[in-house]
Amino acid sequence: MATGHTDHHHEETFISKYIFSQDHKMISKQFLITGMIMAVIGMIMSSLFRLQLGWQGESFWILNFFLGDKWAPDGILDPNMYLALVTIHGTIMVFFLLTGGLSGTFANLLIPFQIGARDMASGFMNMLSYWFFLASSVIMIVSLFVETGPASGGWTVYPPLSALPQAMPGSGLGMTLWLASMSLFIVSSLLGGLNYVVTVINLRTKGMTMTRLPLSIWALFVTAILGVLSFPVLFSAALLLIFDRSFGTAFYLSDIHIAGEVMERTGGSPILYEHLFWFLGHPEVYIVLLPALGITSEVIATNSRKPIFGYRAMIGSILAIAFLSFIVWGHHMFLTGMNPFLGAVFTFTTLLIAIPSAVKAFNYITTLWKGNIRFTPAMLFSIAMVSTFISGGVTGIILADSALDINLHDTYFVVAHFHIVMGLSAVMAMYAGVYHWFPKMYGKMMNRKLGYAHFWTTFVCAYGVFFPQHFLGLAGVPRRYYSNSEFPIFDDLISINEMVSIFAIIGAISQFIFIFNFFYSMFKGPRTTQNPWGSNTLEWTTPIDPIHGNWPGPLPTVHRWAYDYSKPGKPEDFVPQTVPLEDGEFDGGGH
Amino acid sequence: MTIFLIILSIALAVLAVGQLMRVFEASSQLKGGTSVLPTDAENKYQAKMMLVFLAAYFSFFAWLVARYGDKLLPESASEHGVHLDNLLDFNFAIITVVFAITHVFLFYFAFKYVFNKDRKAYYYTHSNKLELLWTTVPAIFLAVIVIWGLSEWIDITMDETPNDAVVIELYPKQFDWTARYAGSDSTLGASNYMMISGTNPLGVITNQTLEGRIAELETEKADYQIELEKAPKGGLKEQEMIEKIEKWDRILAKVKSFNDLDEANRSLGNDDIIVKSEFVIPRGKEVSFKFRSRDVIHSAYMPHFRAQMNCVPGMVTEFHFKSTITTDEMREKTQNEEFDYILLCNKICGAAHYNMQMNIKVVEEEEFNKWMQEQETFAESIAPAEQNGTANANQEANVISMIEY
Repeated sequence: MATGHTDHHHEETFISKYIFSQDHKMISKQFLITGMIMAVIGMIMSSLFRLQLGWQGESFWILNFFLGDKWAPDGILDPNMYLALVTIHGTIMVFFLLTGGLSGTFANLLIPFQIGARDMASGFMNMLSYWFFLASSVIMIVSLFVETGPASGGWTVYPPLSALPQAMPGSGLGMTLWLASMSLFIVSSLLGGLNYVVTVINLRTKGMTMTRLPLSIWALFVTAILGVLSFPVLFSAALLLIFDRSFGTAFYLSDIHIAGEVMERTGGSPILYEHLFWFLGHPEVYIVLLPALGITSEVIATNSRKPIFGYRAMIGSILAIAFLSFIVWGHHMFLTGMNPFLGAVFTFTTLLIAIPSAVKAFNYITTLWKGNIRFTPAMLFSIAMVSTFISGGVTGIILADSALDINLHDTYFVVAHFHIVMGLSAVMAMYAGVYHWFPKMYGKMMNRKLGYAHFWTTFVCAYGVFFPQHFLGLAGVPRRYYSNSEFPIFDDLISINEMVSIFAIIGAISQFIFIFNFFYSMFKGPRTTQNPWGSNTLEWTTPIDPIHGNWPGPLPTVHRWAYDYSKPGKPEDFVPQTVPLEDGEFDGGGH
Repeated sequence: MTIFLIILSIALAVLAVGQLMRVFEASSQLKGGTSVLPTDAENKYQAKMMLVFLAAYFSFFAWLVARYGDKLLPESASEHGVHLDNLLDFNFAIITVVFAITHVFLFYFAFKYVFNKDRKAYYYTHSNKLELLWTTVPAIFLAVIVIWGLSEWIDITMDETPNDAVVIELYPKQFDWTARYAGSDSTLGASNYMMISGTNPLGVITNQTLEGRIAELETEKADYQIELEKAPKGGLKEQEMIEKIEKWDRILAKVKSFNDLDEANRSLGNDDIIVKSEFVIPRGKEVSFKFRSRDVIHSAYMPHFRAQMNCVPGMVTEFHFKSTITTDEMREKTQNEEFDYILLCNKICGAAHYNMQMNIKVVEEEEFNKWMQEQETFAESIAPAEQNGTANANQEANVISMIEY
């Protein structure tokens, strides 16, 4: 498999090159730019609802500008639209940016490059994966424009709220479109995931054993396996919800009296939906996080000019986290009335995850120790990622404890926790990945000064937004509240909300520095050198101007692991994987 | 509005700085001063910024604690809540130490080992000793957290509720709460969502409500039959009415089947007490809550008692606790004359989710017993209401049922 079409160099039309491309490099860019567009939409939504939360009940022309007279009469946000914004913001960020955007971009870019393959195992399936992703994005955006508004039941769309149009306007057509969009998304994710798994298993070049793979590939490989095993369960949950909504079944419904009428549906249980949803929902957290950890591993090792510390332990912890992620979903459901004994089991398994996570964090810190650190923007974002991973991770220890969860469940403490540990970590790593591999994607360098400006505004605002929310949670403020002003006990906390909103809006605006830098550098950036960061991995041995099949001659042969940085006795501070071992030299990863 | 303008101007300033940087970059490119990798000056500057950030981050944390530390929830007003607060403090102590140490190392190393072209990094691939150390140390701390945490969890959720506990049912709907006390027999009367009517919002099943509900359904069915006769043949209206009548027949059959319940079962609800907007609980006595839901999932959150449980349609969930501080005492402790314990909804349930509340009043047991005696029982509360009702058929049916009762 590793040999084959080396002279695969026919002329391409615009359509086959840019639109219906089967080339992993182009598909990766398509995922990235679609993900960026979705992210901007999700970010604008968060700014809009932060306006309401920071200055409750005040009028803003910009709300009226974006939402119109129906959803923001006189510039004051409508409570139903508030819930819709929160819901679609969550859906877009979790699925479209951090699942499709992150895995889609970097699995496509890095897997063939870093394992030494000409392309994905199935270019056609890969193309389909992107087109299903695009279709699902388009449907999600269309759902914003229906008369009754988009889905508004929270990104977890628990029935009966999401099942009954009588319960809220967003559970009408908007919810139907949400389900249609997510179904296509799942198809996209499965087509992509299967492809990534098969490619990593079958198409590694000569010498590229599993224990010589860069950690980015390990992470993307395990992520793909998680997705393939868990997304079908979400699909079944969505399918049953579609049945309940449209065909009169009662999988999730029982004993409901709504809008003055008896609903004759008995025997179902919303708890069933919660189990099915979180059986995906928890692995999903690691589908978001593992690629982020993989990217961080690469960027930190390269820019510290030092091998990643504890390579095998890193692989072990990826595998441990992946395994455990399938047996912890119940920690989202401690208070659903689930058997308390089951809650105790889930507390135990959840806290186990802290161990491999701690190992990863300590290993990153040790990689920095006695390194020779170059502060590229990618490196800064990676260090930030380690910081957010720790800051958000430690509060997970509290929330995993079923007893403590009683008082913190569904408060802002949870919002702070998952935004920092999952949202920020993954976003930081995604930025690190884009700054690091931009030269490989476009053959140009991004502007470093703008990169620094972008990094510092983003990092400071990120903590400015989410760190104070811990205090809201400890004061008992529930999440998804349109306003806290109905409760006098929350009056002392108004200034937190205002501060958070200011940071959120400045942070959102500063992302345009990145967007400007990205597109400006794509066209006007200085040309990159062959191996700008002095990396060991195979992608930097391919030509700067990408070609079909990646390598013009035969595929490279791998002789060593990916982390021979600053190896004693070598003239340079890096040794690419293609350099043969000298007599008596140990392969760092292999013993 | 002014705030928005401030934000907008900050944004523009950021953009302007970006533009200036671009000009600067372009001019340095002209001088040939561009490099792929960060310059020594840039590396050193960013390394220093690592320490600046570390200091700023810790200061922000400290400032938040100083500014808002005393604005969090007051001391727990329930017995188990005190244990939970201790557990939380213990957890916070551990994670704050871990957070601080790891962050100091992370940012200090980043600062200290800044790039120097004359130096080579230390080729250090792994250390079994170190890795064993930071696998086992977290494991030991986690073992303590798990054992302590689970023993609290088991105490709270799995112990038997004492027989003399006050039993209260909380029944939410979009967007309010209703509370029902079990009354003198300490047993909640049977209930069913098909029994819900204007005078019986909880669907309690008693002989009286059963007769009333059957009569109400019969009347409604009769109305639909009249409409069906008037409806044009073969039209949509006719179809709708046929379906309605079929549905009403099914509901009637179900409701009539409640007559098969034991006579004893059908009288349990009579002494129940239903209250809205505020419920009262005695201090120092176990209160056992039963939760149902009328429409979507809600969550009964009582933050001052460290108590929460979801309310799920189709099932009954439970939670119980013993309160330790009366409302009056808490008002003194918090030096807030208007302090009230609250119940709020903590599971997204629709547009007015943010304003679905009920007051909780904690009083001494004597006062509680007195308060209970003043309340109307369910049987008392529906009798006059139904006599004043407007539907004639209902009235007739109810008179009959009352005689039977």
